[in-house]
Amino acid sequence: MDKFTTYTALAAPLDVANVDTDQIVPKQFLKRVERRGFGQVLFYHWRFLEDGSPNPEFVLNQPRYQGAGVLIAGENFGSGSSREHAPWALADYGFKTIIAPSFADIFAGNCVSSGLLTVTLDPATVGRWMRRAQDQEGYAITVDLAAQTLTGSDGFSCAFDIEPFRKQQLLEGLDAIGLTLEHAAAIAAYEEAHRQPWQAAVAGPGGQEK
Amino acid sequence: MPTLLDKIWRDHLVATDGQGQSILYADRHLVHEVTSPQAFSGLRAAGRRVRRPDLTFAVMDHVPPTDPGRARPLADQVAEAQLAALEKNCAEFGVRLLDMNHPDQGVVHVTMPELGLILPGLTVFCGDSHTATHGAFGALAFGVGTSQVEHILATGCLVQAKPKSLAVTVTGRLAPGVSAKDLALLIISRLGFGGGAGHIIEYRGPAITALSMEERMTICNMSVECGAKGGLIAPDQVTLDYLQGRRYAPAGDDWDRAVAAWQELVSDPDAVFDREVVIDASEARPMVTWGTNPAQSCAIGGRAADPAAIPDPADRADAIAALEYMGLAPGQPMEGLAVDCVFIGSCTNGRLSDLRAAAAVAAGRKVAEGVRALVVPGSGAVKAAAEAEGLDRVFTEAGFQWRMPGCSMCLAMNPDRLEPGQRSAATSNRNFQDRQGRGGRTHLVSPAMAAAAAITGRLTDVSRWEESHG
Ligand code: SF4
Repeated sequence: MDKFTTYTALAAPLDVANVDTDQIVPKQFLKRVERRGFGQVLFYHWRFLEDGSPNPEFVLNQPRYQGAGVLIAGENFGSGSSREHAPWALADYGFKTIIAPSFADIFAGNCVSSGLLTVTLDPATVGRWMRRAQDQEGYAITVDLAAQTLTGSDGFSCAFDIEPFRKQQLLEGLDAIGLTLEHAAAIAAYEEAHRQPWQAAVAGPGGQEK
Repeated sequence: MPTLLDKIWRDHLVATDGQGQSILYADRHLVHEVTSPQAFSGLRAAGRRVRRPDLTFAVMDHVPPTDPGRARPLADQVAEAQLAALEKNCAEFGVRLLDMNHPDQGVVHVTMPELGLILPGLTVFCGDSHTATHGAFGALAFGVGTSQVEHILATGCLVQAKPKSLAVTVTGRLAPGVSAKDLALLIISRLGFGGGAGHIIEYRGPAITALSMEERMTICNMSVECGAKGGLIAPDQVTLDYLQGRRYAPAGDDWDRAVAAWQELVSDPDAVFDREVVIDASEARPMVTWGTNPAQSCAIGGRAADPAAIPDPADRADAIAALEYMGLAPGQPMEGLAVDCVFIGSCTNGRLSDLRAAAAVAAGRKVAEGVRALVVPGSGAVKAAAEAEGLDRVFTEAGFQWRMPGCSMCLAMNPDRLEPGQRSAATSNRNFQDRQGRGGRTHLVSPAMAAAAAITGRLTDVSRWEESHG
């Protein structure tokens, strides 16, 4: 995973609440077995018309938001399924930060694994960012994760909270599996202490069950 | 004073990192074809193995077609690639697989409990949000993303911050003709679409303990629909009666020792929850959703929202968009709305008792002309049991299609889907835009309500209708 460094990017406003994972990536695209390429189908039903041409009405299709790297959205963003295709698509499209009043839990956890920062702010502050991104063409936001601040191109700025673990994982681009495997001894000890028949082996390893 | 959540959490702590994250042991890891391919590729790329293949169970459920003649290779090549990938990954990493033709194949959250794999006090994870279902057994169960699937495969552990606890105490009792699904929709409407976020809900109270195991699974299944991570119900005699004798459940002395250990699995009387909510079950009526999230619902005799009456601007905007998508007028009565399609199935309502409830309504009647009505058993075992009771004939004689197990039209990742603008009454758990097919309009209901809608061709109050049709 890449390290999350301070960066400045165009901000795009998606003033919709309860954006669910089916809207972020419709399920007809979930059948791929790779991780990459989901950016093409991000918000597919909103971005494209029935005939497959871009929907000029949709905010991300407006020329002024091309290349956006910060998404500002409504409350409860990422609700619905636990499928990680949603953060993969957002990251693959080019977003690195999403700002919203609240996020669905599983989604927010999944974002970390894709190197995506979710910033939760009170609704009024999100509204201020939203209006700036709507009203000021070319409005960009600088995201400084180490300092936990957002700063707009007009100087508007705010601080944000983040769980220390998430922050560290993003900043250092940590391999979460490798970190857990450092606890291999503790895992083995746990297994040793939990050998009740209903906790331990319930089936021998063995390919296809017939 | 610990809660049930506290106890299970504590029992599974391998280590903590001092920053609020816990390394939690995974007792069961359930795997399906949609959220696992990238996880197995990750393992392969890093040269890692599956740490506990004996605790890992895979099934094909989301993309298999449900027509009786289904066969591999599937016509949909991308879906076929997913099934092939799961097959290859399970063989390579030594994971048990219920493939498309296995007699126990079915929706992961229907099949795994039937096999006796889900036991009280365990942790159960799966790359699927409706893993919440398994909390019905007093197991700590919730959905994870693909990176975490890979993490659990490699380490046998999940890294997680402890969720908050929310006690939903359900008093009173359900009126006749009102189902667990109706209660679940009522609870969600009270908590709100994001109202459970960050929490594990422990359902308790007389109306919960009165529920069967299958009904408890319906309730816990829908926990995620108010944003909660999962649901939890303390195990009791109902749980034990369901489990005893199942294939992977402990037997003999092991059973007795397990039962003794499970006695601990209850929130202490003085347990403190982060939040508590009380709901009176007797207020539940047969419910129907009018909008595009499961909290946007009302009793069948009620009306779609009138945005003008919603004070919160965000909720109002949401309601306006939902009504437009659903093709409904503000305040439109729900009863009598014509449907094109009826779907009975899914991990919410695809179990034997659900099919019985639907069959009781369908028996001796005919599906309304022009209505496509699908009955999709949740698993091979449900299908076989239903056929042994003759439910398949009740359905087919009434004009329903009797199909093969799978997720089917719950999310339309297989050929079962709505056409744009079509309206359905569905027993599944999500009415999101486009979920059952692009432009499809989904009304979530109970199995009996779905069957009644199929017969009359309209959303129908099954409790009143039953009285008059008798
Ligand atoms: S039946 Fe529906 S909700 Fe359940 S696992 Fe399948 S797709 Fe998900």
